[in-house]
Amino acid sequence: MEKFITMAHGDGGEQSHELIQAVFVEPFSSEKEAIFDAATMPWTSGEVVMSTDSFVVKPLFFPGGNIGKLAITGTLNDISVSGAKPMYLTCGFIIEEGFSVDDLKTIVKSMRDEADKFGVKIVAGDTKVVEKGSADGMFINTTAVGMYVHKRPNPYEIQAGDSVLINGTIGDHGVALMTARGQLGITSDIESDCAVLTDMIDKLQAEVASIRIMRDPTRGGLATSLVEIAEDFQCKIIIKERNIPIRNEVHGACDIVGFDPLYMANEGKVIIICAQEDEEKVLTIMKEFKTGQNATKIGSVSEIGIGQLMLETPLGAKRRLSRLAGVMLPRIC
Amino acid sequence: MCVGVPAKVIEKEEYQAVVDVMGSKMTVGIIFVQDVKVGDYVIVHAGQAMSIIDEEAALESLETWKMITEAREAGGQSPIGESNPVVNR
Amino acid sequence: MKEILEKFSDADFSIELLDKVKEVADLFYAKHGRKPVLMEVCGSHTQAFAKSGVKYAIKDHVHLIAGPGCPVCVTDQTSIDSMIELSNKENVIVCTFGDMMRVPGSRYTLMQTKSQGKDVRIVYSPLDAVKIARENPTKEVVFLGIGFETTIPLLGASIKEAVRLDVENYSIWMNTKLVEPILRYLISLGEVKVDGFLLPGHVSIVTGEEFYHFLRDEYNVPGIISGFEPVELLSGLYRLTHCLLSGKAEIINDYPFVVSKKGNKVAQDLMAEFFEIADEPWRGMGVISKSGMDFKPEFNQFNAKRKFDIEIPEARKTKCKCGEIIRGLIEPPACPLFGKACKPVNPIGPCMVSSEGSCAAYYNFMREE
Ligand code: SF4
Repeated sequence: MEKFITMAHGDGGEQSHELIQAVFVEPFSSEKEAIFDAATMPWTSGEVVMSTDSFVVKPLFFPGGNIGKLAITGTLNDISVSGAKPMYLTCGFIIEEGFSVDDLKTIVKSMRDEADKFGVKIVAGDTKVVEKGSADGMFINTTAVGMYVHKRPNPYEIQAGDSVLINGTIGDHGVALMTARGQLGITSDIESDCAVLTDMIDKLQAEVASIRIMRDPTRGGLATSLVEIAEDFQCKIIIKERNIPIRNEVHGACDIVGFDPLYMANEGKVIIICAQEDEEKVLTIMKEFKTGQNATKIGSVSEIGIGQLMLETPLGAKRRLSRLAGVMLPRIC
Repeated sequence: MCVGVPAKVIEKEEYQAVVDVMGSKMTVGIIFVQDVKVGDYVIVHAGQAMSIIDEEAALESLETWKMITEAREAGGQSPIGESNPVVNR
Repeated sequence: MKEILEKFSDADFSIELLDKVKEVADLFYAKHGRKPVLMEVCGSHTQAFAKSGVKYAIKDHVHLIAGPGCPVCVTDQTSIDSMIELSNKENVIVCTFGDMMRVPGSRYTLMQTKSQGKDVRIVYSPLDAVKIARENPTKEVVFLGIGFETTIPLLGASIKEAVRLDVENYSIWMNTKLVEPILRYLISLGEVKVDGFLLPGHVSIVTGEEFYHFLRDEYNVPGIISGFEPVELLSGLYRLTHCLLSGKAEIINDYPFVVSKKGNKVAQDLMAEFFEIADEPWRGMGVISKSGMDFKPEFNQFNAKRKFDIEIPEARKTKCKCGEIIRGLIEPPACPLFGKACKPVNPIGPCMVSSEGSCAAYYNFMREE
């Protein structure tokens, strides 16, 4: 096998075959299912839950993960926060010619490892090679299907007094990527929070009856996800600035460039809204997991009928938060 | 007008220094504060350290501000007099 | 030191100070039958007041007006259009602070020309632009020089670097502004009666405290130099209002651990070495004489305005009221477009783009509904 991907690896001929054999077959072969063709898989009755996501990330390897791990994390979390158990995955790769085969192997392996940990099977895949300059190294698309095993969360049951909880610090992924890009000369030891939350969410659903909604605040950050919940289900959410967990380094890096951690991306976080009497239970369960060590309550639902997200500052003033407006740009003035 | 961030100097070269802002680090120019020392805190604006934060003066300011909160303005009496410690510091 | 800095944003301490500000402001009210009118000159203050919630918390006690200190907002439309047009020139790399990217030109923004393939780069420091010029010797690199006294020395430093390294393909499009002339202009205009000024903390690093004595000596208006954390903002309000009650105009340095009496000599020298005072156009105010800085003739090879012929059609007229907002005449909600046609996602004027613009600060941090 050559050291670098060439256009020939994508033309469906001998070299494509070689690439598939060398890189994909071993890590992605689960039991007897057909690989790189239509896959068949057993299914119990009931509804199918399905989600797809494409991953473009710079750099491809970052502290706390790589594009492969991210591609699994993102899609599995999407299924999990919908209240379902992820079962099967497919993945499509678009690779730029010249890409290192060793790097590709590393990426594929971390995908396999991540899926394995949660008993999810990778059942089909596809690879295309594009000319140098047409892709930023590599793009990955993953699609997952899952099924409901617990009672589905019902966001229409959100009530005044409900608690808003999160499983840890916000903005880690966004800042880890920003500093890993070396843009603006900022460095930090921050690692991406990139992590699959399937096991934690499974336990929460099994033990807490009053979960109204779960969301993973990825792009657009905590604020954007909460605005969406508030607007979609017409509830007024008040979060307290003082209670939002943010690492010092994230604060620092954001201060330098004038970014707001509330809008920085996360890849291992879940927002949960549940009945107030269940908040302790949720926090206790979250803290049993590595991904929930800093779980905390950040706010509550104050009324129903108006779709607004408010932030209460330490001085007691409340201000309304909006979705992220455009991309965040570093500013000096 | 100008975003300025307090940062701690952790390494110093001739024209630049590495500063730490709550754990995140960056290299900044020090042309405006050439006698800065490792351990000093500076205000950073657009990649340059603009000013060294004087610790003693900062403490003094803090004391002044604490005095504001202690100043008695109750009892319907105007507390503003020539002798007010806050104004005539 | 870390502990001291942390105290500056301590919530309990802020709340105590907040009560004192209200008390002293109410004394002013008792005496004068109206709220004290204070202007924060600096856009970073505007943002800090709004974001921390201080502005909201004191709104019934102090009338706080945002001044002309947001560099993007005070730049007039023709200058903005010219800077955006630069990016359409063949062979030109435009380097800018991120703040400029989304500012609406009459026809398009830098963000849009960039997406059309023009070479527009966000840098954190003008010195980075010099570096880009060295890496791209066949291209012309232009830095968009907006900013006040804090930023002008950095522009000087970049020219100094270009001279030292013999970089010929670097230039600056100067649209800088100075604090003293605009304060004089606003006071003499007399449109808004300001009782006292909160003076820009970081500009003062360069200028020094004594620079503001003209306010006291010539206009009998007090001012206070203050920092940006909630405790610093509140102390600034308290001490300034207190000063008003005493009836004696003073210039107070409430940021003495950062700002010296005379300012930063190296920075002042860097300004004086390459630039000279020039007339400068301001949004909504027209050309104000001697209110900005431009290249000295001997450094005109770095003057982008000389290097490039920029032709732009007449600036588009909009109903945007940024000009009046900068002058402190109206608050953002008084603009008919505010929050309707004009929002941060789709800004019509620069005040809605820059995070320290009054409209953006108001929209992002003051909206209750
Ligand atoms: S709301 Fe928009 S249009 Fe109105 S003054 Fe502000 S920036 Fe201009």
